[in-house]
Amino acid sequence: MLASMGVSEQTPYVIISYVVTLGGIAVFAWRMLARARKIAPQVSEEDRPWT
Amino acid sequence: MPDLSPVSIARPTGTRVSRVLGIASLVGIVWLVVFGLFLSPNDATQKAGVRILYIHVPSAWLAYLAFIVTGISSAAYLFKRTRSLTWDRIAGASAEVGVLFMGVTLVSGSLWGRISWGIYWTWDSRLTTTAFLFVTYIGYLAVRGLGGTHQQRARRSAIIALLATLEVPLVHFSVKWWRPLHQQESVAEGKLNGLMLFTLFVGIIAFTLLYVWLVLHRQRVLAMEDALDDQGLDTALAERRAEGAQI
Repeated sequence: MLASMGVSEQTPYVIISYVVTLGGIAVFAWRMLARARKIAPQVSEEDRPWT
Repeated sequence: MPDLSPVSIARPTGTRVSRVLGIASLVGIVWLVVFGLFLSPNDATQKAGVRILYIHVPSAWLAYLAFIVTGISSAAYLFKRTRSLTWDRIAGASAEVGVLFMGVTLVSGSLWGRISWGIYWTWDSRLTTTAFLFVTYIGYLAVRGLGGTHQQRARRSAIIALLATLEVPLVHFSVKWWRPLHQQESVAEGKLNGLMLFTLFVGIIAFTLLYVWLVLHRQRVLAMEDALDDQGLDTALAERRAEGAQI
């Protein structure tokens, strides 16, 4: 039945690899932006020349 | 005087360029998932397992690119004419992102290995050199976290980064030099065509945009952390001077 739905025994490995890869990148990005928001109020505008 | 405007605090490392890059990366990732998981066909021999290729190869290439950028930025810091802490921060940011991509490459590769070889890990030349590269850059990041001035940090980590960059070609050519269990380069050998090649291309473009976006933001966070360190040092010096004046 699962095979008729296009699900093979390899599918879980494929799904996990996508979840780990994209999830890992998302967690890194989220933590990075959270850190930026946390310290930004303590930093003067001159130290943020890109703004 | 800190800028406390709501926009500045909500997106402290964002600019118009970085927002465009972020949106483009997100669109690319959605494309990659749609093509990688649903639209591209199964491989004749690897069947659905081939879908791991579309994230495994781009993440490995991006890890290489990140470590090469770390090496180039470190060299730029060591040259007197181009010496700037911005190069050091780009090197550090790129190494962090490289470690992230290398880590997920090892995980996706090990899952692909389980499908292809029946085992998660084997000590063949490609896997061993990749693991060694991963550990080397974790060490590089640990060295960056040691004490000292920003210049001391930049100098010692730049030297380590230049040495570590030499490992990148070792990992890349390990499949040619030692004939391991790991497969040869599928793209170079023309094993991929049509939609499969296009999907891989989408993955490489999406991950490259994502890499630029991550490094851009991360090096700005590092710049703010350095500024905070300097403020802390200035405050400590002022307090010490005040104590000295009282005595």
